[in-house]
Amino acid sequence: MKEIEIAGVTVQVNEEGYMTDPSQWNADIAKEFAAQAGIELTDKHLEVLKFLREKHTEGKTLTIRAIGKSGIVDIKGFYALFPGGPLKVSSKIAGIPKPVSCV
Amino acid sequence: MKIIILGGGTAGTIMANKLRKALDREEWDITVIDKNKTHYYQPGFLFIPFGIYNKHDVIKPKGDFFPAGVKVLYENVDKIACDKNQVLLENGQVMAYDYLIIATGTQVFPEETPGMKEKLWHKSIFDFYTIELSFALQKFFKSWEGGKLVMAITELPYKCPVAPIEFVCLAEEYFAKKGMRDKVDITYVTPLPGAFTKPVATKMLSDLMHEKNINIVPDFYIERIDNERKVLVSYDEQEVPFDALTVVPVNMGNPMIERSGIGDDLNFVPTNKHTLQSEAFENVFVLGDAANLPTSKAGSVAHFASEILFENIMNHIEGRPMTARFDGHANCYIETGYGKGALIDFNYDTEPLPGTFPLPGIGPFGLLKNTKMNHYGKIIFRWMYWHILLRGKEMPIEADMNMAGKNSAYLEK
Repeated sequence: MKEIEIAGVTVQVNEEGYMTDPSQWNADIAKEFAAQAGIELTDKHLEVLKFLREKHTEGKTLTIRAIGKSGIVDIKGFYALFPGGPLKVSSKIAGIPKPVSCV
Repeated sequence: MKIIILGGGTAGTIMANKLRKALDREEWDITVIDKNKTHYYQPGFLFIPFGIYNKHDVIKPKGDFFPAGVKVLYENVDKIACDKNQVLLENGQVMAYDYLIIATGTQVFPEETPGMKEKLWHKSIFDFYTIELSFALQKFFKSWEGGKLVMAITELPYKCPVAPIEFVCLAEEYFAKKGMRDKVDITYVTPLPGAFTKPVATKMLSDLMHEKNINIVPDFYIERIDNERKVLVSYDEQEVPFDALTVVPVNMGNPMIERSGIGDDLNFVPTNKHTLQSEAFENVFVLGDAANLPTSKAGSVAHFASEILFENIMNHIEGRPMTARFDGHANCYIETGYGKGALIDFNYDTEPLPGTFPLPGIGPFGLLKNTKMNHYGKIIFRWMYWHILLRGKEMPIEADMNMAGKNSAYLEK
């Protein structure tokens, strides 16, 4: 674990750069993380981030499939919003831990 | 008092045997309900495409494995009415229970992926999760002249996380021995970021596949299969072409779970990961692949969990707190071809690590090592499955995972 300076505040992140304390997160941090990933946040992005943070607080396992069924965005749309690995990229911006696959 | 067990597969059969032995016959009725009369040794399906196992190796009548004193109904279940403690059969019969054990497993649903169950299905697209398709694949491979062989995983979770890795390793050996390895290009396509979920095992398994000249395409989430052009298309428009495609279709729980309104979005039943009690109903327990536990969907998990579930049901029946805690223990042999195998042993908290198993420092099996002994373990296991495990007898492996024999130094690296 280490500390980084982002959007004027100090937050804790793991070695892959995912925030370890979601309560330290705010909209400016999201904007900064998004910029680092080459993404400019729109309202749709923010809706997805809110959904992710809510599900994380409820202790639910996050999957791409579940986001596709959220009613906010379908899977293709999710890929378009967060290109690459959408769940990994969006989790990082949402300030929640990297999604794990438990197999 | 009545106990109903839904599903007479690995999990349900083990529980029927354990409970019948422990509970008084006058006082306790135990009924197993399953629509099929055949018990399949599912780990054996993987060997069928390569002609290593045949039909008689993998099927036996289910009835051979239920103990005397257990009632067995070969019927379809319409749904469970958990609020009324009733199971409704398709034939109209209503069965009341005091305790219900759901052990209805997971099934494959190729129709969930557009283009999978269309004109190439059974012709150049196969899976190895049913006996019919395993044999269809055997027939196909016998006369195949080579080309691009792709093994693709559509969705997580799926039954037996190591099976597709074993499949590509066995295919590599099969075509090498046929003298046509140079004509077969093997590619492994997965939605995971690597060959496996956890870092230490991923490294070992990627290196192994690399040595065998098997390509890995990670982070590939299949949207559809284009039958005309014979390509897999991902949600972000990447493509992987194939001549022969073997898939792990989307896995979901039994549709009866959905009809009963007790499942998650993949029809797995929300279950307390330590006590194995359903999250919603006190007298309903879930065992094996039907549960939404964050561990492998595998026979070893059903087996280890059955010991915990047995203890907790007995605790509940006798009015004690449910103190037995399942740790998510899984133990998987991985066939790697050429008479060798690897072995992984892990749980909710500990990823697969190198070491020896089950005896620390001795073995005879090597964890995350590619050895002949591990292969014998897998071969011997089939005998143990039919004769010891299904009958609920004691296996020489503990239900809880053990750190002794594992090299935790790899975790810090």
